[in-house]
Amino acid sequence: MPSRKLEDHACITGAAQSEVGRPSTRGALQLTADACLAAIADAGLAVSDIDGIATYPGKSSEGGGIAPVGTAEAAAVLGIQPGWVLSSGEGFSHLSPLFHGIMAIASGLARHVLVFRTVAQATARLASRQSTLLSGMKGSRVDGNNAWTVPFHAHSPVNTFALYAQAYFDKYGATEEQLGQIAVNGRRNAMLNPNAIYRKPLSLEDYLASRVISSPLRLYDCDSHIDGSTAIVISASDAARDLRNPPLAIEAIGMSLGGLWTGQFRGDFTSIEADRAGEQLWNRTDLTPADVDCAQIYDGFSIHVWLWMEALRLVGRGEAAAFCEGGQRIARDGELPLNTGGGQLSAGRFLRYGHTHEACVQLWGRGGERQVVGARTALVANGGYGFGAMLLRRA
Amino acid sequence: MSAAPAPAARKLPLIDADTAFFWQSGADGVLRIQRCGDCGHWQHPPFPRCTACHGENVAPQPVSGRGRVVSYTVNHEAWLPGLAVPFLFAAVALEEQAELHVFTNLLMPVEAARIGMAVRVTFERHEDVWLPLFVADEDARDA
Repeated sequence: MPSRKLEDHACITGAAQSEVGRPSTRGALQLTADACLAAIADAGLAVSDIDGIATYPGKSSEGGGIAPVGTAEAAAVLGIQPGWVLSSGEGFSHLSPLFHGIMAIASGLARHVLVFRTVAQATARLASRQSTLLSGMKGSRVDGNNAWTVPFHAHSPVNTFALYAQAYFDKYGATEEQLGQIAVNGRRNAMLNPNAIYRKPLSLEDYLASRVISSPLRLYDCDSHIDGSTAIVISASDAARDLRNPPLAIEAIGMSLGGLWTGQFRGDFTSIEADRAGEQLWNRTDLTPADVDCAQIYDGFSIHVWLWMEALRLVGRGEAAAFCEGGQRIARDGELPLNTGGGQLSAGRFLRYGHTHEACVQLWGRGGERQVVGARTALVANGGYGFGAMLLRRA
Repeated sequence: MSAAPAPAARKLPLIDADTAFFWQSGADGVLRIQRCGDCGHWQHPPFPRCTACHGENVAPQPVSGRGRVVSYTVNHEAWLPGLAVPFLFAAVALEEQAELHVFTNLLMPVEAARIGMAVRVTFERHEDVWLPLFVADEDARDA
C-alpha cells in the first residue's frame, strides 16, 4: 500500500469571514465568534465536533490590534474543549497553524481543527495612529530587529519594502505603471466582493495621481488596517467526505525562513527568501505552475506580489513586472487570475487569512460575479518575513 | 492657531551587551562591525557565532566606513508629529564584504540618491547612541 504524503491526511471543509469594518461596531471577540461559528456551520459541523484550535501569531497586547484574540478566549467563547491547541508566533506566516493542523490531524491528535485570525487594527488606530507603527506605544527605546531600522525613522514596514521595490525597479527596469496594475487589479476584484473594505473604482490614472508614501510605493501600494476575523476548518480526510462541502484537497505545502525576520539582510533587495518555500511546494506535487487556476498572493505591499510570483516560479526571475503590464494576464479572465477577492490592498488587511479564504471561495464556486470560471486549483502564498505557500485543489 | 510641533525625536535603539559596540562606535569617529577572527567573515547585525564558519571567535573590528547604496527610498509620510519629510532611508553595503548591509539615512538632497552611489559614514549623536548615517563619498567613483 503506497504511503500517503502528509497533505493527504486533511482537507479544508469550511471557511468564513466576519464582517469587515473600519472600524467595526463589533468587538474583536465577537468578530472571532462570528467567523468561527460561520466556518463551523459552513463545514456542516457542530461546535462539539471541533477538537483542535489554532491561530497565528497568538494573542498580543502590542501591535495595535494585530492579534487581539488568542486560542484560550476563542475556545471559551465558542464552547470548544480542544484536545490540541497551537499559537504560532513565529514561522511560516499565517499558514503555520494550518500546516501544524494538518500534522495534528495526521498524527491522530485531532479530527476537526479550527484555524482563525482576528485583527482589530482599525479600532486601535482610531485611538492612536502610533499604535500601528513599528516604534509602537512602548517605552522610549526600540529593541529586537526593529532596532536596526526604526532609529532611522523607518517607522513602517513600507520603508523597508520600498527598498525592495526601488531595487527591483532599478535592476529590471520595472515601471510604476506596471506595479500599479497590482492595486488596480485588486480593486477591480474587490468591487465584486461584498465583504471588501474598498469597492469604489480605482483606475491606473488614480493610482499614478495618488501620493507617494515611500518611493516608489504610493498610497494604493499599501494595504489597509481593518477590524475583522477569518476562520478555516480543516478535517481528517476520512471525516471530510460526508460533510456539507466538497472537501478541498491540500495538494502541497511549502515553507521557508530568512531575510528581515532573522535579522540577516542578504541579497540585493530584489528577492525574498521564499524560493525554498516554492521549491518545497512544487517538489511535493505532480502539478506545475501552469496548472494554477488562480493565485491568492500576499499583498501587504504591492511589491510582495512580484517577489512571491518569482519565488513560486509563476514567472521567471525579473519577469513579474512585464507579466503585469496592462493587467490583462492577472485579471479574472487572464492566464493567472490574481487576488480575486481584492487582496489586502482592497479587501482589507485580514492579515493573510483573506487569501486562503478567497481560495476556498473560488474552489467552491462561491465567487458570484468575481468567480473564476472553472477554477479547480488555487495557490496561496503569504508572508514578508517568514514564508508559507499552499496549493489547494478541488478533489 | 497652534504652534508647529517640535521636531520628532529619533526613536533610539535599546543598547545591550551585544549591540553597544555598534551603536557607540562613532564616539571616536570610527564605525565598527563584527568580524570572525577565525575565517575573517564580517557580519551585521552581530550574532554570538560566526554565520559562515560557526565559530565563537567574533569581535568588533573597525571598518573604513565606505560603501555603496544598495537601495533607497524617499519617505514622504510624516509618521510622527514633527517628523521632517521628505528624507532618505537606505540600505548601504559596506566595502569590506559583499552584502554587508547596514540600514541608515542618506544625508543629501533626496533627488541625488542613486543605487550604486559611493557613500561614507558620518555620525549623529543622541544621548548614548551614535547613529551611523551616510553622505556622498566625493573621493570615490560610483558603481
